[in-house]
Amino acid sequence: MAVQTPPRALSTTRPAAPKPGAGRPWMERWGGLFFVAPFLLLFAVFLVWPTINGFWNSFFNTSLAGVKQEFLGLQNWREMFGDPAVWSSLKNTLVFTAMSTPPLVIVALVMALLANRKGLLGWLLRFSYFAPFVLPATVVTLIWVWIYQPGFGLVNGLLTSGGFAEIDWLNTENRAMLAVVITTVWWTVGFNFLLYLAALQGIPAQVYEAAAIDGANGRQQLFRITLPLLSRTTGLIVVLQLVASLKIFDQIYLMTNGGPNYATRPIIQYIYQSGFTSYRIGYASAISYLFFAIIVIVSVAQFKLFSGRRDAA
Amino acid sequence: MTNVRPRRRAVLGGMLGALALTGCGALGGKPRVREWNLFGGGDGARLLQIHQQYVAEHPDVRFSATTLAWGPPFYTKLAMSATGGRAPEVATMHMSRLKGFSPTTMLDPIPVDLLTAAGVHESDFLPATWNRCVIDGKLYAVPLDQHPFVLYYNLEICKKAGLLGPDNKIKTVKGVTAFLDMLRAVKETTGKYAVSVDTTSPWRLWYTLYGQLQGEFFSPDGKELVIDDAKALEALDLIAKLASEGLTPRSANYAALVAQFTNGEAGMSFNGEWEVTTYQTAKLPFSMAPFPVVYDVPKFQGDSHTFVLPHQAHRNADDTKATIEYIAWMLKHSVGWAAGGHIPAYQPVVKSTEYLNLKPQAEYRSVAPNVLYDPDAWFSGSGSQLENESAAAFSGIATGQATAKGALAQFKAAIQKLLDTPSPV
Repeated sequence: MAVQTPPRALSTTRPAAPKPGAGRPWMERWGGLFFVAPFLLLFAVFLVWPTINGFWNSFFNTSLAGVKQEFLGLQNWREMFGDPAVWSSLKNTLVFTAMSTPPLVIVALVMALLANRKGLLGWLLRFSYFAPFVLPATVVTLIWVWIYQPGFGLVNGLLTSGGFAEIDWLNTENRAMLAVVITTVWWTVGFNFLLYLAALQGIPAQVYEAAAIDGANGRQQLFRITLPLLSRTTGLIVVLQLVASLKIFDQIYLMTNGGPNYATRPIIQYIYQSGFTSYRIGYASAISYLFFAIIVIVSVAQFKLFSGRRDAA
Repeated sequence: MTNVRPRRRAVLGGMLGALALTGCGALGGKPRVREWNLFGGGDGARLLQIHQQYVAEHPDVRFSATTLAWGPPFYTKLAMSATGGRAPEVATMHMSRLKGFSPTTMLDPIPVDLLTAAGVHESDFLPATWNRCVIDGKLYAVPLDQHPFVLYYNLEICKKAGLLGPDNKIKTVKGVTAFLDMLRAVKETTGKYAVSVDTTSPWRLWYTLYGQLQGEFFSPDGKELVIDDAKALEALDLIAKLASEGLTPRSANYAALVAQFTNGEAGMSFNGEWEVTTYQTAKLPFSMAPFPVVYDVPKFQGDSHTFVLPHQAHRNADDTKATIEYIAWMLKHSVGWAAGGHIPAYQPVVKSTEYLNLKPQAEYRSVAPNVLYDPDAWFSGSGSQLENESAAAFSGIATGQATAKGALAQFKAAIQKLLDTPSPV
C-alpha cells in the first residue's frame, strides 16, 4: 500500500537503456531469439506442426494403415456432429471433471490446513498425504481394482460387515464413474495439497499475531485471513485441476476400459479408439479439434475469472 | 578436486569404448532378427525359455525380442512402425487381425522359397489354417498355433459331483439340458458357482454358442450384417440364465475368472486355453477338455498366433533369410510353446509323442479343425473394435442390467455403423 514506485524513478532510467546496443538495434530486438531457439525448434516440430497437421488431416480420410488418402471436405466434421459416441464420451469427460474437481480442491485445502504444523505429526501427515501421488497410474489402478472387487475386495468387505449390500463398483453403470473419481482423488490430491501447503507457509506469522491481539478466534482467522490470502492459489489450483480432469484417460482405460457399456468412456479414449484401434486418424483429428476448442474455452473463461478477481483484490 | 580429472577421463574412455562396440556390431555382418510379440502372460514366460534356447543355438544371429502390451497397444505400435517402414524383422499377429491390418501396405509377403528351404511346407498345416494366411495369392503369415475357447475343470470338485468317467476325465455332455445338469451338479458341490467366466467381455462365450447354432455374421461378400436374431438371442438368453441361476457369477472380470477357479469357488472355467501355466503353478488339481457341444455343431471361438513380416522400406536379404529360418525353427520347437496351452499349427509337432504326452494340453487338440475365427472385417479380430462393442453391449446380460433384446439391438447398431464407415485399410 505504502510501497509505490515513484514514476519519476522510471523516467530517469529509461533514456539510459538504449545506449549499449545503440549501434545494433536488431541485436537488441532479436538477440534473445538465439537463447530460445533450441526450445522454439522443439516447440515448432513437436507442438505447432502436429497441431497444424492434425487440423489438415481432419479434412482427409487419413488412415494409420498408410493407404492413399483422399480429400473429404467437411465429411469428418459432419460425421462427428452426428455421432452419438462423441457426445456421450464428451459428457463422460465433463461429468468426471465436475465430480472430481471440487473434492480435489477442497480435500487438498483441508489436508493442507491439517498438515501445516511442526513436529512429527506434521511430518507424518505431509508424507502420507503426498505419498500416493508418486505412484504410477498402473500401480494405483491395480490396487484399486482389487479394492473394488465384489466378493473379496476391501470396500465391499467393509460394506457387508457393516450390514450393507455389496456394490459391484466398476461394473455398474451409475457407480463406475464414482469409483474412478474416488481413486483419482486419493491418487492426485497430494499435488494440490502441496501447492496449498506452500501457500499457507507463505502467509506471514505477524498477520495472525495481529489478529490474535485484536481478539480474533481461530475460526475468524481461518475465514478472514487464511482463505482470502489463499485465493490466488485457489484460482491457480482450480485452473490446473480443470485442465487435468478434462484430460482424464489413464485411470479409466486401466480400471474399466470405458465400460460398463461405455458409461465411463472419456472423449480421449474415443479419439484413441477411432484413431489407433480403428486406424481412422482423419476422423480422430476432427474429434480432437472439438475437444481442443472446449479446453480452450474453459481455460480462457477461467483465466478471465481469475484475473478479474486479482484486480479486485 | 584432484580425482576429478581421472574420473572424467574414465567416463569418456568408457563412452568411446561403448561407441566402438556398437559400431563393431553394426559392421559385423551378422544377420539381425528383431522380434515383437504381445505375450505378457503365462505364454510369454514360455516364449522367453524357447528364445533362450534359440539364442544359444544361433550365436551367428543378432536376436532381440520385445514384448509389448496385448491388444490395441501392440497393434498400434506395430502399425506405426510398419507405416514408417522401420518395423522389426518379424512380429506376432492374430490371424483374425491379418486382413484388417492392411497386408498390402503394412506387411511384406513371406518368401515361400525361403520357407521351403528352411524345411516348412504348406502340407505341414491344416488347409483351413494355411488358406487364411494367403491374401491375393500371396502368403502373408505363418501360423504358429491355434487357441480355442475350452473347458477347464477342477478334478476334485468334478469327481465329488460324479462327473468324471472311469478314466478320470470329464464325461462328454451334449445338448442344453445335459450341459445345465452338469453345471448344476458342480454348483451343488462348490456351494458357490459352477463356472468362472469373464462377464465383462462375453464375446468368446457368445460367439461359441452362436457358432454352435450355425449362426452367420456377415454375408459372404462381407458387405451386410446377417445376424440371425433368434439364434443370437438364444445364445444370450443362455448366458443370462447361467448368471440368474447362480451357475456363473453375475459380475466378474478376467482377474476374478482366474481367481475364482483357482480358489475353488468355481469347479469349472470357460476361457481360452492360455491359463494352463497359471493353474499348474498354483498346483491346482485340474484338467481341460473341449468346450461342450451345447447346440447343433462343434464350433469353438478361437484364433491363431502367426508370424508376419511387418513392412520395411529397406529390407536386407540376409536378415530376411535369418528371419525365415527363425520362424521355421520356432515352428519345429513349438512343443515348448504347446506346453503353455496353445495347439501347435505345425502338424509334425502335433503328431509327436512329446506333444501327445503333454497333459492336459493335448486333451483338446481335436477341436483344431473346428476353431471359429472372428468375422472377417477391418474392425474385427482379437482386441478389435468389434470385440469392444460386444463387451459394451453384452456385459449387462449377466449382471441383469440389460435385456437380451436390447443388448442385441445395441450390438447390431454398433456393427452396422462400423460397416457403414469406409474402410481405412
